[in-house]
Amino acid sequence: MSESVVLDNVELALGAKTFRFNCAIKPGTITAVTGSSGSGKSTLLNLIAGFETAYSGRILIGGRDVTLRHPSERPVSLVFQDNNLFAHLDLFTNVGLGIHPALKLSGENRQAVSDALSWVGLDGLEKRLPGTLSGGERQRVAFARALVRRKPVLLLDEPFAALDPGLRQSMAQLLLDMHGQTGNTVLIVTHDPNEVRRLADKAIFIDRETILLHAPVDEFVRRDDLPSLAQFLEG
Amino acid sequence: MRGFIISLLAAAAAFSVATHALAQEKTLTVYTYESFTAEWGPGPKVKEAFEKTCACRVDFVSVSDGVALLTRLRLEGENSKADLVLGLDTNLISEAKAIGLFEPHGLDMAAVDVPGDYSDDTFIPYDYGHFGVVYDTKAIKNPPKSLKELVEGDPSQKIVIQDPRTSTPGLGLLLWIRSVYGDEAPEAWAKLKKRVLTVTPGWSEAYGLFTKGEVPMVLSYTTSPAYHMVEEKSDQYQAAAFSEGHYIQIEVAGLLKGARDKDLAKDFLRFMVSPAFQDVIPTTNWMMPVTRTSEPLPEAFNKLVQPKKTFLMGSDEVAKNRQAWINEWLAAMSLN
Amino acid sequence: MLTAAQRKWSLGWGFAAFGGIAFFVGTAIAALLLWDSGATGGQFFTPYTWQILRFTLWQATLSTILSILFGLPVALALARRPKFPGRIWIVRLMALPMGLPVLIGALGLIGIWGRQGIVNATLLTLGVEQPVSIYGLSGILIAHVFFNMPLAARLLLAALERLPAEYWLLSSSLGMKPLSVFRFVEGPATLRVLPGVAGLIFMLCATSFTLVLVLGGGPAATTLEVAIYQSLRFDFDPPRAIALSFLQIGITAIILAVISTLPKPDDDENLHGRASRRFDGRTAGARSWDTVIILFATAFLVLPLASIVASGIQADLWRLFKSPAFHQAALTSFAIAVAAGLLSVVSSVAIVVAQEAIGDMKRPGAGARAFAATLGGMGSLVLLVPPVVLGTGWFLTLRSLGDVNRFAPVLIVIINALMALPFVMRVLSPAMATHRRRTARLSASLGLSGISKLTRIDLPPLAKPLLTALSFAMALSLGDLGAVALFGSSELTTLPWLVYSRLSSYRTNDADGLALLLGLFCLLLTMLGTAGRERHQQDE
Repeated sequence: MSESVVLDNVELALGAKTFRFNCAIKPGTITAVTGSSGSGKSTLLNLIAGFETAYSGRILIGGRDVTLRHPSERPVSLVFQDNNLFAHLDLFTNVGLGIHPALKLSGENRQAVSDALSWVGLDGLEKRLPGTLSGGERQRVAFARALVRRKPVLLLDEPFAALDPGLRQSMAQLLLDMHGQTGNTVLIVTHDPNEVRRLADKAIFIDRETILLHAPVDEFVRRDDLPSLAQFLEG
Repeated sequence: MRGFIISLLAAAAAFSVATHALAQEKTLTVYTYESFTAEWGPGPKVKEAFEKTCACRVDFVSVSDGVALLTRLRLEGENSKADLVLGLDTNLISEAKAIGLFEPHGLDMAAVDVPGDYSDDTFIPYDYGHFGVVYDTKAIKNPPKSLKELVEGDPSQKIVIQDPRTSTPGLGLLLWIRSVYGDEAPEAWAKLKKRVLTVTPGWSEAYGLFTKGEVPMVLSYTTSPAYHMVEEKSDQYQAAAFSEGHYIQIEVAGLLKGARDKDLAKDFLRFMVSPAFQDVIPTTNWMMPVTRTSEPLPEAFNKLVQPKKTFLMGSDEVAKNRQAWINEWLAAMSLN
Repeated sequence: MLTAAQRKWSLGWGFAAFGGIAFFVGTAIAALLLWDSGATGGQFFTPYTWQILRFTLWQATLSTILSILFGLPVALALARRPKFPGRIWIVRLMALPMGLPVLIGALGLIGIWGRQGIVNATLLTLGVEQPVSIYGLSGILIAHVFFNMPLAARLLLAALERLPAEYWLLSSSLGMKPLSVFRFVEGPATLRVLPGVAGLIFMLCATSFTLVLVLGGGPAATTLEVAIYQSLRFDFDPPRAIALSFLQIGITAIILAVISTLPKPDDDENLHGRASRRFDGRTAGARSWDTVIILFATAFLVLPLASIVASGIQADLWRLFKSPAFHQAALTSFAIAVAAGLLSVVSSVAIVVAQEAIGDMKRPGAGARAFAATLGGMGSLVLLVPPVVLGTGWFLTLRSLGDVNRFAPVLIVIINALMALPFVMRVLSPAMATHRRRTARLSASLGLSGISKLTRIDLPPLAKPLLTALSFAMALSLGDLGAVALFGSSELTTLPWLVYSRLSSYRTNDADGLALLLGLFCLLLTMLGTAGRERHQQDE
């Protein structure tokens, strides 16, 4: 269950900035998206998820053109840094909405929700409200929802940025485990060079509204010809 | 909260300074209602005329209407700074006397001539008007010729009246129907109810609905058309003459026990029934004068309805029965 | 997360506000109770009292339900369409009925819905025999919806706009259909504020006076407020007025208590202050539905206002505008509105700060919790104390100090401020809660307090809601006739008083013109209150 993601001469103007993206991401890989603040990392994810629409160029997921598709029609799951859960809905509902947006769930579906919750280590907490959980636990619920959605592409926008370092490691491991299970195509925006090394197969470096480098991680971390990348890697 | 108390004190201080500065010369304080002192009302002209004769200042303090005047006096009690009160009506006299703040004027009022056998040792009339149904001649070709015709007429031709609980014309109509129908008043109200579009809290709301063309008849005064004829040169609005007669509203003034300069106050009361004051009333207050004016009234006043009979109940009778009659009215008007 | 000193100050503010309001209301009631009214001895409650009590509650319930049923789709549509042409003006328009003197609004409504209005004219040409009657219950309901639907829509819209941006991203990414979005996102968000909004509208409708009398068609349609007014005006029977006031406050308090027990979903707000974008409702069906709803609501609001404008421009506006009477009244009105608005905002802030301080305690005792609840309840129930009771009571209290007129401006300011309190709190309370959640930890960790915290941390982000609340309160005060009518005198003339005085001496034309000028004044105020919003939207 994985598909390729291709941005073919995609252009988008937001305010005074014009973004130009060109890349092809192989199915089943974990790609880290890096770059300085405001360089366009989130914009890249928004284009793939459908929250921004390209002015020109095409976006292909699994070979199908989704450039003009509504977010709900794209085969992607999302995890943000924060507010991944509807605070007034219990964990079961939050995860269940990933399977059916009007919560019409079969017995099998309901089992899948409970399984996913216990898989992320929150078994038996179906009826809890997000407000009673820690930040790390809330992100686990978001992962559980991504798991039950069974979408070939998973987009994560700094999912661990709000967590402390110890927790980041265990969450990163959870992500790797999940990837091992589903084999989907993962794009993860991160600020942390260690996270790039720990998680990713490939890495993208965005600088001034365009992709400066798209390379395997071991090559990525050794490049010293790009000053802005060197600065990023030094942290 | 502390700031709020400070601002309260500051504002109070500012106001007391302002009033003290004015209180230096000899002044006569007259409580009255708002439309009397409005720039187009009789107040400014009356003030100017009286001040020429007295070497004093006339200070008007105005509240919204006659009933509010009475309330104001009740609240202020002995502390009232009023020397004179101008603008109560005959229905309020009994209650006004009960407050115990007024004293008999002791003046000769032989020149005063109002319909309806009014006489009182404390309150002097300064103008009067008959209640009447004013109609829009563009909408109504055959206005009712009697109260009976009003009560029993076509329910699709509507009238707007005032609430007797909150307004003096409303109370006037209540007494008018009582005067004509006696104990059968509730039945009359039950019939009239079908013609009543709505009951407003005061005269202003009712007359506003009427002049906006929302309703072709309104309870007002027989003198109301004079305003439209004189000021707007229009005779579109006319009062209907009722064969049974019309109920009268007499506006009166009284002297307070606590008046600081009683001679000055009595001078004003005498002035009030002299031509200098009475000349002003018809075309500013749109009511009838109580004594002869120096000039004949404008032509428009000759075209007004001249009631053949005048109804007026004693104010003690009104005070005694008002609540019971209002309850009857409520019951009759609340039936479905 | 407050230091001991901060908590002490916050609670002190709350106590001051509580004490001030309790003192003001209590003194008025005590003065009336102590008044020796002589031989009244009549029954406080007659069968007619129960009849009007029933009608009061019945019309208020229906008015509240209709205002919300209409206001909710309007709020949803406006929230879904941040780029709707003229949206900012539609939102501003919604603050306008609030600031109109009630009678002016009623005349505007009659111009549209009345016997000669365009609705009935249209129906007649369409061959409908029995036109809509604005007199009776239907008229009261139309008028109450006209005045309160915009309030409901605005408060619900604010609740929707406070939701985190991620919610809209997630719901569209998850593929929720409009019904699911309502069920899982919009519904819970609006339900959270609904009890408060419903309670406020219920109180406004239950204490409605002029509208009910003018449009009620007769004494069968009356509210308790009318009976209270009557008992202080013609009858001058203070004990009866107080008894009726307690009946009004008691019954309404019970209903509000019931409403407030409705389940409220947990809160989670847009803590990052990121501008939200909506991705749902892009189908043609959703677009046309929203457009129809917004246009219908706009027409419902604009037509009566247009009728006010149409009669207003027939007056000699320039002459009115130049007249000294207008200048005097405008200045007085403005001064009272500013003072009342500021007082109302300061008192609300004090109440909210104290409530937050209690909420911040590790283990608030029963006493503290009761105090917080009392503060909240008082902030809204104060609307139920009839201004005529407050004014008369204070008149009696102050009369021994000499000329009461000296105090009239202060009393009017306080009464207006109290009337605005529930509205101001409804605006400020959620905004301050959000602000606290965003900054409390950081401020505490940095040890910020006092003036530096106030000017650097609190004021800049709260400036907008404070301004909105201030303009709300000022508009209310500007349109209020009631408090002024108690003391009104030649020395103290406000704009609504001026309108009424023209109306009470045949000068309908001038009254229409002045009403239009007053309306424009209110519009200016609402522009002030929504000035921040426009910039916020351009940022997106």
